[in-house]
Amino acid sequence: MFLHGYVPSILDGAVLTLKLAAASLAVSVALGLIGAMFKMAPSKSLRTLAELYSTVVRGVPDLVWMFLLFFGVQMLLNDLATAMGWAAPDIDPFIAGVLTLGFIFGAYMTETFRGAIMAVPKGQMEAGAAYGMGPLRIFWRITFPQMVRFALPSFTNNWLVLVKSTALVSVIGLNDVMYRADAAKSNTQEPFTVYMLVALIFLVITSVSNVLLGMLERRYSTGLKENGL
Amino acid sequence: MYKSLMVLGACALGMTAAAHSETLRFATDASYPPFSQQGPDGKMKGFDPDIAQALCSAMKVTCEVVPQDFDGIIPALQARKFDAIIASMNITEERKKVVNFSDKYYNMPSRLVAKAGSPVNDAWFKGKKIGVLRSSIQEKYARDNWVKLGAKLVSYAKAPESFLDLKAGRVDASFVDAAVGESDFIKTPAGKGYAFAGPEYNEVKYFGEGAAVAVRKTDKALLERINKALKQIRADGSYDKIQKKYFSFDIYGK
Amino acid sequence: MIDFHLILDKLPAFLGGADGQPLLSTSDGVVMTLELLGASLLLGMLLAVPLALGRVSRNRLLAGSVWLYTYVFRGTPLLVQLFIIYYGLSQFDAVRESWMWQYLQDAWFCAILAFTLNTAAYTTEIIAGQIRTTHWGEIEAARAMGMSKWLMMRRIVIPSALRRALPAYSNEVIMMMQSTAVAGLVTLADITGVARRIYSDTYMAFEPFLIAGAIYLALTFLFVWLFKRAEQRWLAYLAPRKH
Repeated sequence: MFLHGYVPSILDGAVLTLKLAAASLAVSVALGLIGAMFKMAPSKSLRTLAELYSTVVRGVPDLVWMFLLFFGVQMLLNDLATAMGWAAPDIDPFIAGVLTLGFIFGAYMTETFRGAIMAVPKGQMEAGAAYGMGPLRIFWRITFPQMVRFALPSFTNNWLVLVKSTALVSVIGLNDVMYRADAAKSNTQEPFTVYMLVALIFLVITSVSNVLLGMLERRYSTGLKENGL
Repeated sequence: MYKSLMVLGACALGMTAAAHSETLRFATDASYPPFSQQGPDGKMKGFDPDIAQALCSAMKVTCEVVPQDFDGIIPALQARKFDAIIASMNITEERKKVVNFSDKYYNMPSRLVAKAGSPVNDAWFKGKKIGVLRSSIQEKYARDNWVKLGAKLVSYAKAPESFLDLKAGRVDASFVDAAVGESDFIKTPAGKGYAFAGPEYNEVKYFGEGAAVAVRKTDKALLERINKALKQIRADGSYDKIQKKYFSFDIYGK
Repeated sequence: MIDFHLILDKLPAFLGGADGQPLLSTSDGVVMTLELLGASLLLGMLLAVPLALGRVSRNRLLAGSVWLYTYVFRGTPLLVQLFIIYYGLSQFDAVRESWMWQYLQDAWFCAILAFTLNTAAYTTEIIAGQIRTTHWGEIEAARAMGMSKWLMMRRIVIPSALRRALPAYSNEVIMMMQSTAVAGLVTLADITGVARRIYSDTYMAFEPFLIAGAIYLALTFLFVWLFKRAEQRWLAYLAPRKH
């Protein structure tokens, strides 16, 4: 049998990988928007906080962050809980993985959104204010739709890097596609076939993402005059 | 938008905490056949998960067996990722400093696996690369005794990776639990031409008095229950039934 | 909470001084990370320039093959590429009996091969992108002077493209440095590999990875500063006017 019947297991792992990536994307977008807001805030301490966040997170490898956040934070929480006399909260590995990846890529998204928001002409927001729109409404109806166009190339790039980084969560014990592949390679003694299959799975995910996000980019650029170079 | 996200996050954390009623989570290495491996269906199978299930039915609780790489298994236990370790972990003085062990549930020696006919004596070790599982008793023994003979240690996160590299010639020998070496490599088609080399190693100082279940030092009540359950499955024959599934000889030892 | 004694105790291990040996004597830790990084970046750049030329060439077959290469290597994780080279290739008897085996047997060589192929793919795309956006005026001037295509490429287009690629390339270098952390997963003792070893020996999770993170951060700042100086020198003509 091809790969001794491990193919369904690997595909199951791929589904988990996708779920993980999607959930982490949501968290990273949320953190990215917050970070971008902080970076453009009038308060100097908020700006420094955001600056620190994006610099430190991008300066340390994803793998090291995973170990730090998964084991280190849990241990800190336990110490804190025992010191305070509470029962320590258990963090499910999936949630830990999502929070870790979301935290890391939130830093990259901060840069993406900051650049994109700054690219929207200030006059647009001013016009909205002149019409009497509140700040939240200005953001939703005016800034956000125009920002998406500028953010999309960098956003796509971050998403692709995120998907590929999910390959690392197997080291914190998450039962994702790489973990299944490790088990399969040990039991079938065919590491080449196993990892080629995994590579193919990732290639499919990245290709589909490219196509979908490309369509999104074209939709948000309707009516825009491209320089015909 | 942010508020709802935070509420969702708090709920998720709360749910995982609440679901901890009477399910015991055991961790196993999951890449240590025949003691533990991950089957094609993604579930844990092997001697260790089976013993865990037997212990749980004796204790009348539900069991969950989760995988964890061996080199991170004790820190993960202390980080409360699970409640007990059943991963062919031998009782050693060093480990006793950080965890408590139950009574043993088996006792097997460790052996070197190398090309058939390798003449293993003190002189053989010079310049040889020995593959070991990171954080294992075999790694400690090899580091204390063979590095000074000129051997080089290569540590792996999973034991089967050392077999893959043994076959590829990247290491000259693998130092593992005898049962694992036999069923995961020597008896498989990939292990043709390889055999045990050298003597059985079971010095108590390094290899302990056998493998046991490890729990956190604060979980004294749990330890009592596990020991009682262990005695029960030894007495009522469920241990023997499980043992016969994987081994044709007695692995409990003295 | 954080054991500072442990941190001070284990710090030499990251700088090549594990198990009581003097600092920088073994190539563990920082030394290995820098070796891996340096070798892959150098080889990657040497590969990338000709590949970038191929990528922008009119020959559809050549451009297509290079596109396929960059597409596959940028679309799959580096870890998977590393495992295919390290574990996957060793599966085949044909490989094990060939001349390549003496190199592929070594984890260090496998890691460099994987990192090189990966960084070359990204660098190729960066340089190709800059070649395509070379200012039309420069090309016109070169043609007006009677330069052949190759001379124009060699003297005008490529140096100009390399300069303009500097910001994007600096990003790539820093990302590659983060990526070298996976070398620890194929038995190499780079910064992350040393951290893992200490973690599994001492059961302390926070301290070794804290040190590792701090070292990577320091290296990142170093590289950012180096690239800033490089940009000041080679992209001076793009800087805002000072007077």
